[in-house]
Amino acid sequence: MAFKLKEEALKPERLTGGHRMCAGCGAPVVVRAVLRALKAEDQAVICSATGCLEVSTFMYPYTAWNDSFIHSAFENAGATISGAEAAYKAMKKKGKLPADQTIKFIAFGGDGGTYDIGLQSLSGAMERGHDMVYVCYDNGAYMNTGIQRSSATPRFADTTTSPAGSSVPGKQQQRKDLTAIMAAHHLPYVAQTAPLGSKHGGFKDLHEKAEKAIYTEGACFLNVLAPCPRGWRYDTPKLLEMTDIAVDTCVWPLYEIVDGKLTLSYIPKEKKPVEEYLKAQGRFRHVFKKGNEWMIEEIQKEVDRTWEDLLNRNETK
Amino acid sequence: MKKINWDLNNISWKDITPGGIVEVPGSASDTITGEWRSDKPIWDKDKCKQCLICFPVCPDSSINVSEGKMVGIDYDHCKGCGICANQCPFGAIEMVREG
Amino acid sequence: MGKRDRLSGNEAVAVAMRQINPDVVAAFPITPSTEVPQYFAAFANDGLVDTEFVPVESEHSAMSACIGAEAAGARTMTATSANGLAYMWEMLYIAASSRLPIVLAAVNRALSGPINIHNDHSDTMGARDSGWVQLYGETNQEAYDNFIMAVKIAEHPDVCLPVMDCYDGFITSHSVEVIELLDDQDVKNFVGEYKPKAYLNNPNGKVSMGPLDMPAYYFEHKRQQAEAMKNAKRVILEVSEEFYKLTGRKYGLFEEYKMEDAEVAIVLLNSTAGTAKAVVDELRSKGVKAGLIKIRVFRPFPVDEIVAALKGLKAVAVMDKADGFNGAGGPLFTDITSALYGKADVKVINYIYGLGGRDVRTDDIEVVYDELLKIAETGSVKSVYNYLGIKE
Ligand SMILES: Cc1ncc(C[n+]2csc(CCOP(=O)(O)OP(=O)(O)O)c2C)c(N)n1
Ligand code: SF4
Ligand code: SF4
Ligand code: SF4
Ligand SMILES: [Mg+2]
Repeated sequence: MAFKLKEEALKPERLTGGHRMCAGCGAPVVVRAVLRALKAEDQAVICSATGCLEVSTFMYPYTAWNDSFIHSAFENAGATISGAEAAYKAMKKKGKLPADQTIKFIAFGGDGGTYDIGLQSLSGAMERGHDMVYVCYDNGAYMNTGIQRSSATPRFADTTTSPAGSSVPGKQQQRKDLTAIMAAHHLPYVAQTAPLGSKHGGFKDLHEKAEKAIYTEGACFLNVLAPCPRGWRYDTPKLLEMTDIAVDTCVWPLYEIVDGKLTLSYIPKEKKPVEEYLKAQGRFRHVFKKGNEWMIEEIQKEVDRTWEDLLNRNETK
Repeated sequence: MKKINWDLNNISWKDITPGGIVEVPGSASDTITGEWRSDKPIWDKDKCKQCLICFPVCPDSSINVSEGKMVGIDYDHCKGCGICANQCPFGAIEMVREG
Repeated sequence: MGKRDRLSGNEAVAVAMRQINPDVVAAFPITPSTEVPQYFAAFANDGLVDTEFVPVESEHSAMSACIGAEAAGARTMTATSANGLAYMWEMLYIAASSRLPIVLAAVNRALSGPINIHNDHSDTMGARDSGWVQLYGETNQEAYDNFIMAVKIAEHPDVCLPVMDCYDGFITSHSVEVIELLDDQDVKNFVGEYKPKAYLNNPNGKVSMGPLDMPAYYFEHKRQQAEAMKNAKRVILEVSEEFYKLTGRKYGLFEEYKMEDAEVAIVLLNSTAGTAKAVVDELRSKGVKAGLIKIRVFRPFPVDEIVAALKGLKAVAVMDKADGFNGAGGPLFTDITSALYGKADVKVINYIYGLGGRDVRTDDIEVVYDELLKIAETGSVKSVYNYLGIKE
């Protein structure tokens, strides 16, 4: 299971270049990392919800997917992939597929397609326990339609439907805790992760969690932070600086829940103040205006509370 | 070599693939996204220590790796985001303005 | 050969499903179609089929799972009614445009609001432009037969479109009739094995499905879809002929009842045909040249054949069990009149009837024929767009 980049680099690439995501987008980095956790000999059927990832990776007749791929709509990646998985079971049972053929079923959805409009379909698929992995690439807004707020958008972020106005300063609500909602489905494996810089072990955390999710039987869920330089407003080279600071401030805690048992994957020696996360991104610029200090305090309080809660639930101390 | 070899501009409705199905995996590699680039990563082979850190960080699968070794950059698809240069611990990738 | 049995329409369709033994059935309960997945779940859990039964959490997911399954290479089916069909709406279009031959038992029920569980056709009429082939049936036997034929029509390489088997909620779905069942083996042979050309789970060829389609190609894809719908007419007739050879039961694009020398006629869908035929018989016994056309194939719409059948009639009433709310007439009326336009000079009037399960009796149908006879006599139409049996 140990992550050896050299060995992983020998595997065939499953997402080709030539897709149309923006330069520096976090989503394809996440997708590549998840798919790299597949055994080279295993076939995959991949589904994507409508969103930046889907419209950019499969514009007729150009598909960036080297595996079988299906998109059908925005809110139904969970249901769509569950149908493909049911087909696999039936076809195996009827001898329509070779007995030794392994196909893994993986769905990707943005935060909009997962936390919001696709939540019902996802919940249904997870509850039914199809042998599949659902991966949310969370960039904290509906990026494809022009950076509108979602229930994953952090509090006070400036988006096009929660603009930082003079009387309402950005999004008013706290993020929904989707990973907890998924854990409440009693799934065999649920994890929160991100692609990280070398000081955090690079892609080890994401790779190992993806591997566990793919090769644990049943419905598994990954919530992966996938920064969007356009919506977050930072310079493209800094992708992994964004995720590094998100985990060092505990804005995006890394953990996994195996059969209900929660383990924090990373506990920073010294938790950094949220300012460091906020100041790196243009969408939070207004919280640094004079008189808005209370916003930063509020965000810090929320982060502290969720982090404390996770520390208390951490079963591997 | 192009993966899709039909006449894209003149394909008849009779010949187009039903429902938009594409039976050519990875056909997007025909699309040259290198043209989007304003900065270009230049790899310095001599400085490179073959740690491969640049390989997974690329959103465009544009770090060419062969037999476990970094061998160059796929300029057909690299969009010049600079993540590889930012993450290379040995300063072996430098971003320069596209000429 | 087959055996006779007493079955409700839903049970008959569920039996057809068992005999077909599809790969995947994904469904969600809604009156009056609920019994179909219920019976089928029992077949599955009793090991009578090899099907993966997916009890989804909504109809949107039912159609989405059907799409995923069919795309993956599985013969897939479902059942629904009214709000369930409306909730699938987005996915109906995607199933058709993705050219996936899914079969759906559409048990007709009034679409909300106000909520009403009884029969009319507002649900499937709302889906008439979704790109699905729509077959309608009067009796339990027809619902059963159409369901079996639907598989073959949908999967035909010249069609590759999803098919709805539409039959009336409660009137057909719940009433028990004696019907002729095919032998399991005959059904199996008739539908054959599903062999899609390209599919997700194919170990020997990877495919991408459901692209973003830009103006450069979208139009061609739609044109191709339109051709498939045109082809469906021929294929339906071929499959029906094959079915006739197997069973002796003959099906066309529509049924003509006492039309040979008819001067006035009613055109309608589904179970009301039974009531209307009784009125035709009654009128015939009095020497009135009345006839009836019961549409079986509503999508594709049999334009030329309808013109041929109605040409020369003195007056025709189209009965719609759904209003289209265009302020001028129901959907069947609109299609019939546009078919006739420029090809036959026939006086056509429209009756909206039976909405939300309002009873339609022989007296109501008599009112319609009376009106037709008046038009035939005077040559003048008083009112084109009418509500039949409404409390004034
Ligand atoms: C039913 C439906 N409603 C709305 C849309 C428009 N739409 C397409 S993608 C999208 C937002 C996607 O957001 P997210 O899931 O977060 O993915 P991202 O684009 O951020 O990667 C929206 C609103 C749609 N395609 N379908
Ligand atoms: S808008 Fe953001 S999420 Fe979408 S492709 Fe661009 S960088 Fe990626
Ligand atoms: S990260 Fe730098 S040193 Fe490492 S392989 Fe890439 S170019 Fe070479
Ligand atoms: S600049 Fe960006 S796209 Fe180009 S090779 Fe480096 S990481 Fe990949
Ligand atoms: Mg998003």
